[in-house]
Amino acid sequence: MTQRHIRLNVNGQPREGDASPRKLLVDFLREDLGLTGTHAGCEHGVCGACTVVFDGEAVRSCLLFAVQAEGAAISTVESLADGETLHVLQQSFHECHALQCGFCTPGILMSMSVFLSECPAPTEQQVREALSGTLCRCTGYQNIVRAVQLAATRLAATRLAATRLAAK
Amino acid sequence: MKPPAFEYRDPRTREEAIALLAEHGEAAKILAGGQSLVPMLNLRLLRPEYLVDINRVAGLSFIEVKGGELAIGACTRQRAIERSELVRRTCPLLHEAMPFIAHFQIRSRGTIGGSLSHADPAAELPTVVTALGGRFVLRSVRGERVVSAADFYTGFLSTALRPDELLTEIRVPIPPVQTGCAFMEVSRRHGDFALAAVAVLVRFDQDGRCAFVRLVVAGVHGVPFRSADTEASLIGTKLLPEDAENASRLMAAELEPISDLHASADYRRQAARVLARRALECAALRARSHAEAGT
Ligand SMILES: Cc1cc2nc3c(=O)[nH]c(=O)nc-3n(C[C@H](O)[C@H](O)[C@H](O)COP(=O)(O)OP(=O)(O)OC[C@H]3O[C@@H](n4cnc5c(N)ncnc54)[C@H](O)[C@@H]3O)c2cc1C
Repeated sequence: MTQRHIRLNVNGQPREGDASPRKLLVDFLREDLGLTGTHAGCEHGVCGACTVVFDGEAVRSCLLFAVQAEGAAISTVESLADGETLHVLQQSFHECHALQCGFCTPGILMSMSVFLSECPAPTEQQVREALSGTLCRCTGYQNIVRAVQLAATRLAATRLAATRLAAK
Repeated sequence: MKPPAFEYRDPRTREEAIALLAEHGEAAKILAGGQSLVPMLNLRLLRPEYLVDINRVAGLSFIEVKGGELAIGACTRQRAIERSELVRRTCPLLHEAMPFIAHFQIRSRGTIGGSLSHADPAAELPTVVTALGGRFVLRSVRGERVVSAADFYTGFLSTALRPDELLTEIRVPIPPVQTGCAFMEVSRRHGDFALAAVAVLVRFDQDGRCAFVRLVVAGVHGVPFRSADTEASLIGTKLLPEDAENASRLMAAELEPISDLHASADYRRQAARVLARRALECAALRARSHAEAGT
């Protein structure tokens, strides 16, 4: 089985590597690019732990082959924090105790980063629906719902401050 | 939980894609969104020798209106259909059903053609496209043929697609504006496959009597289930709540649902009956409000 050379952009950096066609994108990210923040859970699309942002859309990296990512722009959980400064979503998860073992967290964060950019002022019902695509076996979801709502509020405040600044 | 080895082909044109299918026949599988196929590979339920990835094939992803029909390319992502203003305006039934398919992370890769070809009996799209009287454009090196939804679904996970054929396009007649529609579903969790789902289209004549009705049920039979007797019983009625009630009972009596770990046959029949009644009432209400608005 012939290997293919793959060139792609991951977290803003050009990256490349070789993979056989059967290699899943999640394994390529973890094993070949050393980005182990993305977790491989159920490996059939149900649990959502492996969710990454692929050309702007939240997708399951266990249901894509690495060869399909040729030329794509991918963001993983490693792209969220700025050095030691957590992303608003991460900070909200931290403050609301929205994780226990943390296995599902990378997929939830990446899913919610896309969700909040499309739905910046979600109702609790919308947050719950958006979370239905990711399984968490520790928390019972209550604190995850709270954390996403807190992050939405903070993002809205940041946007408001930015528009005020621009208007000056 | 890792896929078996396969040879990977990623053609750029339809001609290349169908030539590969002609060459490899049963040994090849088409890879579209991969949201049903890749789980089956990872679970080792399938071991195709070749995967023909159609994601880079030009001209398979579009949504447009052509001569009174809504034409959608087979590789159009479910998420693009969900977001399409054109779909919302011309085909509200399709628009209404989209969010019921899986989760947004699945719809961002999953394609309309993949869902229609996979033919899961609990899937939303085959039922909606059947209710709309859609047609499927199938291409192979032998030429092109157009198959109606009624002829496309032949049995449990089975379709009229031959191993060398590529579904390229779905064509749906745009329902007249005075049509009322409704899609309703019962599933265990938001985003799960339907235990039962119902798609309804209704139109009234000038005297407010039902002139056209379609009622198609998902999740209860191997193929989308349409009851001609139930539809016939509604023609000429005012589609009042008691008419919807009688029709849904008639429909439920015809069902032979499966029992499985998710729900018993009786539960599915009951859910389908209640959904049918509600969807008929909702679609009738919408059709009437279109008539009153003079649209
Ligand atoms: C967690 C999860 C939940 C889901 N829930 C739902 C749900 O609630 N409702 C629902 O309807 N679906 C659900 N799905 C399935 C999803 O909608 C899939 O996207 C869809 O069934 C298949 O589309 P695809 O583009 O991913 O096709 P693929 O997985 O790539 O292909 C599916 C099959 O169709 C064939 N095929 C694909 N394209 C063509 C073509 N153009 N011509 C001929 N053959 C073709 C393939 O060879 C394969 O046999 C779910 C999936 C997951 C992982």
